[in-house]
Amino acid sequence: MNTASRAERWTGQALLAVLAIAVVIPFLSVFLASMQPSGEPVVGMSWPERWSLDNYRQAWTVAGFSELMRSSLLIAVGVVPASLVLAGLAGYALGTMRLPGGDGVAALFVAGLTIPVELIVVPLYFDLRGVGLTDSYLGVILVEIALFMPFGVFWMRTHFRTTPAALVEAARIDGASSWTILTRVLLPLARPSLTTLGVLVFMWSWNQFLLVLVLMQDAAKRTAPAGLGFFVGQNNTDVPMLAAGTILVMLPITIVYLLFQRSFVSGLLRGAFKG
Amino acid sequence: MSRAKEPSARTAPRRARTWRDYRGYLYVLPALAVYLTFAVLPALHTAYLSLFEWDGVTLGSWVGLGNYREVFADPALRGSVVNALVLIVFFAFLPILAGLAMTGLLARHRRRGMGVYRLLFMLPQVVPLVAVGVTWRWLYGDDGLINETLGGIGLGGWARAWLGDFDWALVAVGLVGTWVLSGLCMMLFLSGVQKIDPQLYEAARLDGAGPVREFVSVTLPQLRGELAVALTVTTVAALASFDIVYVTTGGGPGEETTVPGLLVYRLAFSDGKVGLASALGVLLSLLILVIVYIVNRLSRPETPERSLRPGSAVRSRS
Repeated sequence: MNTASRAERWTGQALLAVLAIAVVIPFLSVFLASMQPSGEPVVGMSWPERWSLDNYRQAWTVAGFSELMRSSLLIAVGVVPASLVLAGLAGYALGTMRLPGGDGVAALFVAGLTIPVELIVVPLYFDLRGVGLTDSYLGVILVEIALFMPFGVFWMRTHFRTTPAALVEAARIDGASSWTILTRVLLPLARPSLTTLGVLVFMWSWNQFLLVLVLMQDAAKRTAPAGLGFFVGQNNTDVPMLAAGTILVMLPITIVYLLFQRSFVSGLLRGAFKG
Repeated sequence: MSRAKEPSARTAPRRARTWRDYRGYLYVLPALAVYLTFAVLPALHTAYLSLFEWDGVTLGSWVGLGNYREVFADPALRGSVVNALVLIVFFAFLPILAGLAMTGLLARHRRRGMGVYRLLFMLPQVVPLVAVGVTWRWLYGDDGLINETLGGIGLGGWARAWLGDFDWALVAVGLVGTWVLSGLCMMLFLSGVQKIDPQLYEAARLDGAGPVREFVSVTLPQLRGELAVALTVTTVAALASFDIVYVTTGGGPGEETTVPGLLVYRLAFSDGKVGLASALGVLLSLLILVIVYIVNRLSRPETPERSLRPGSAVRSRS
């Protein structure tokens, strides 16, 4: 069925290459800037005369990126497992059981799919401050779990609905409790869906900005993106150092992306989005 | 992403309900509790706050819908919504057009090495938007790559501080969104094309359809679902944009690139206008909801399959 003309094929190939370059150049430009000797003026996309890791050292220690990255990691490590467990349980019940009013509850979750952070961030600050959950990792973790929950429940419910009902039915006839059915029968099958959800939630948590900016007034507890954004807001003009910080912020999520590329791609192509 | 809530086909006929029917809610409860406490309740609280004039410290005073009136009356606030709508052109229309164009060119034959391209094209979607913004701030800067390139090809007269330019700042910010979202749209459409029945193409070709005709009458209609997903994702990204704008321009120069998200943040936490910020947040969310609803309505197949389901028939009678 290969009827494409040679010219058409070459056009396609050339366009792909051009677009690939367009994607790479910004990353390359910021990477090259980060390798310049620190403090020197940088122009365009110049090849460093002397490759230097000074900016990374400086960003890591002086600008506090080590703490920022630690905060980011801490929050993500709190959000991801909790999201998987809660969304998995809820998705299981809403996807396989006949709950009275279950469709309504599922709709309530779905309604939250497009909630922008802008809608909840203002009262959250005042409410959480009242109970001591601002400037607190726990506060950010709880809000992020809630924020990503609609997608998590939606995702896991869709997964459990597509597992063969006969499987559940057979186990039920054998006298298995709903908990046994979940842990022994369904969970092993749910691993790919859970992995995808896990990496997506990790990405959203890592990239979250506005929420952290508001809930973490204490600069030392900010996440890496929030710290980076804050530096820029301070009109920092040390381009090489900022560039190094930018690369540092992008590195962990890029590594996770490369390790779990299949999960990422399948998730993103099925319309996963948030923040 | 079929957002349609399908009624359960396994709905049982009516009978007296016992506590066993509700036992399954034990699984739902933890998720529901967190979601209600930290997302739904704050959303309702925002709606409540939007009816007050409150500086965040002293006692607030009831103003009814006054804040909403102010959003529509105040040129700066109205302007931010207009800016967000302009950003839809760059965040949604351009990426979707680019994605469709690439799909038209690439769909007719499989090619090798697509995996690497896919990985690359989705990368801007994966890294933090803050980092993307900082990167572009540098590219658009006085000594950045854009101006250097313009100078290099003899267009030095065009060089300017793009993000500080009254005519160009919004376009510059918008193009960052185009850069982020084009790859996603492209990959979305290309993966959708793989699922199209090859017989449709063969039939079109037998009818003597050329590449353009084939694209318009086979590819485009079959990509309806993917188009809906792309339009939803990109439009929400445009309307709720905050990260990119915050780090590239901070809303400036003047108010040229302010977006609602930025003003919600600024009004509530620097200007002490919590009620007004809340009203803007509510209106922004309503705008998003309406657009998402319209997109999903338009993209749904004509046949109302929901009403044909046996399960739903049972329910509507009960």
